[in-house]
Amino acid sequence: MPVNIIFFIILTLVTFTWAGKRFYRIWKNIHLGKSEKIAGNETQRWRNVLLVAFGQQKMFKRFIPAVLHLFIYTAFILTQVELLEIFIDGFFGTHRFFANYLGWFYTMVIGLIEILSALAFVATIIFLARRNILRLSRFWKAEMTAWPRLDANLILLGEIMLVTAILLMNSADTVLQQMGQEHYPSTGYLPVSGWLGPMLFSGWSADWLMWIERLGWWMHVLVVYGFIVYLSYSKHLHIFLAFPNTWFAKLRSRGEMSNMPVIMNEVRSMLGIASTGDAQVEADTNPEFGAKDISGLSWKSILDAYTCTECGRCTAVCPANLTGKKLSPRKVMMDIRDRTEEVADKLHSGSEQYIRKDTRGEHVKLDISNFDDGLSLFDRITEEEINACTTCNACVEACPVLIDPLEPILQMRRYQILMESKGPAEWVPMFNALESSGSVWQVPEARSKWTEQISEK
Amino acid sequence: MQEFAAEGRKPEYLFWVGCSGSYDPRAQKISVALVRLLNEAGVDFAILGDEEACTGDPARRAGNEFLFQMLAHQNIGTLEQYGITKIIASCPHCFNTLKNEYPALGGHYDVIHHTQLIHQLLKDGKIKLKESAEPLTVTYHDSCYMGRVNGVYEVPREVLAQLKIELKEMSRSRSNGLCCGAGGAQMFKEDEPGDKRINIERAEEAIETGAATIVANCPFCMTMLSDGVKAADKQDEVMVYDLSELVLSRIEK
Repeated sequence: MPVNIIFFIILTLVTFTWAGKRFYRIWKNIHLGKSEKIAGNETQRWRNVLLVAFGQQKMFKRFIPAVLHLFIYTAFILTQVELLEIFIDGFFGTHRFFANYLGWFYTMVIGLIEILSALAFVATIIFLARRNILRLSRFWKAEMTAWPRLDANLILLGEIMLVTAILLMNSADTVLQQMGQEHYPSTGYLPVSGWLGPMLFSGWSADWLMWIERLGWWMHVLVVYGFIVYLSYSKHLHIFLAFPNTWFAKLRSRGEMSNMPVIMNEVRSMLGIASTGDAQVEADTNPEFGAKDISGLSWKSILDAYTCTECGRCTAVCPANLTGKKLSPRKVMMDIRDRTEEVADKLHSGSEQYIRKDTRGEHVKLDISNFDDGLSLFDRITEEEINACTTCNACVEACPVLIDPLEPILQMRRYQILMESKGPAEWVPMFNALESSGSVWQVPEARSKWTEQISEK
Repeated sequence: MQEFAAEGRKPEYLFWVGCSGSYDPRAQKISVALVRLLNEAGVDFAILGDEEACTGDPARRAGNEFLFQMLAHQNIGTLEQYGITKIIASCPHCFNTLKNEYPALGGHYDVIHHTQLIHQLLKDGKIKLKESAEPLTVTYHDSCYMGRVNGVYEVPREVLAQLKIELKEMSRSRSNGLCCGAGGAQMFKEDEPGDKRINIERAEEAIETGAATIVANCPFCMTMLSDGVKAADKQDEVMVYDLSELVLSRIEK
């Protein structure tokens, strides 16, 4: 077996084993959240996946970036066809396996990939400029520290390398075909390399061209493989997770906060109201209300966090953030993801020091149910942040992949109030008035006194 | 409502006044305007008076689920007692909680916001607008709970169009509308530390349109925007009105 095939097989195995482990870990991390059954109304869920994820509907709230993003996205989708050929060629030592069989269709597909790649190249340059030269404010907010900024730039540089590899490979190939070299089946006239090839490489020797063609091919493989692994360490996961995330997105009215059946039933029994059958819930002896840590959040909120690509459209429209408050919906999502990674690392260590003291014992193994490292989401997301939210839903509306940053904010508020009896001191008079008089203000006069004004002129 | 029940009558609608509409002096005027409109249109309605309690919206959004559940079940009990099925709400927060949150607790009602009802009354010819009216330029503030949360953007604008009022939109409107700063129980506390209050940011945006009147549909937005206009020292030039008040001033009596 030729050495290049052996190398390709080993490289492929290593990449996919590594990536597989990483993605399995993320899948497990998402399930560190509370289990919650999300199903039903599949028609609407398909609509969301097709329109919002596949069709990029919400991106078009901002037209120019939407078009630029569309170039990169369609180029990415279509390049998968080429990737299939790369696998076949890599495993069997063939060259442009499909070219001989598909004829004009091959020319059309590769031609389209070339055009989109060229457009994606331009889009990527503009994106780099927006981040680094124009310095759009949403890319430079407080939570965009060194790593998130580098992460974004690395992805864009990777895209530039990928497009360069494709065009280098095709350009050299085009010239080799024109020279009538054996083993270089005709691809037909390709719209970019058709002129780029002769321009760059006319007059070069066949040996050099073959070398460049291989360089382009291997660079393509390496960038793609590198990307597959890198994704799992990066904010770029949205290219996969946008699809499940839009599928599992909340379909209830935005105005409906998730009900808390345990509290509902307790209140009902206090008031002497019989609980309805479907609302019967096993009351935990020591229930935790709201969310202190990621284990108190729905798994969907953790999926949201891994799906977030840190575009900052939520933060750019948040009324609190716009007026200089610390709250940033994007930061909330980033903090949830980072905390999840931290918890997962500590769980992975299996170390006894992370087992909650009162549950430690000889045969007790560390898992999420007994996990306690003395830290929580509140060490990352402060009370000042969650208390600044007006629940206006602008962040929910803005997210192109249907992330719901409001949900974890409200869950943390619930924990703060119900478990810690903390929260803004100014809320106490409101709570007291509600308890004693059923009104948000303690007012001595009758609730209907205003009606006296009806007949006044 | 008690009086209706004593007479054995059942009104078509219950008008849910809300805490602001009952107690806030400015919002009381909205309640009054709305009642006059309803009377003009011959709508059969009643109010709960002292039997009405807060829907629990601010408690729930502050995180106090116990208090919310207490209030909600108390209200659901009252509504059940009178057999109420149709509710008019003048506050978008009451509207939202009654419409979207009580069903999970067992309370199912047909809830309509007063801007939607006014739209309907105009359409049905129950209220007639004056032939001629003074020219007026307004800007319309989408409350979060009618707009983004419940998707009602066009109905109030259609009413304004019928009033032959010129509408100058703010740069952030409809689904991109900026919050007034009151939702999520912020009404009952100071803003967290920052550069600016949210209501001032929004009021400035409204003033920039050059409109003489800011139209709101929510008593909390009303308070926030009025304060914002005062902070900009424009209270003599720019008025803040609820849609119902504008309509009332322009109907044929």
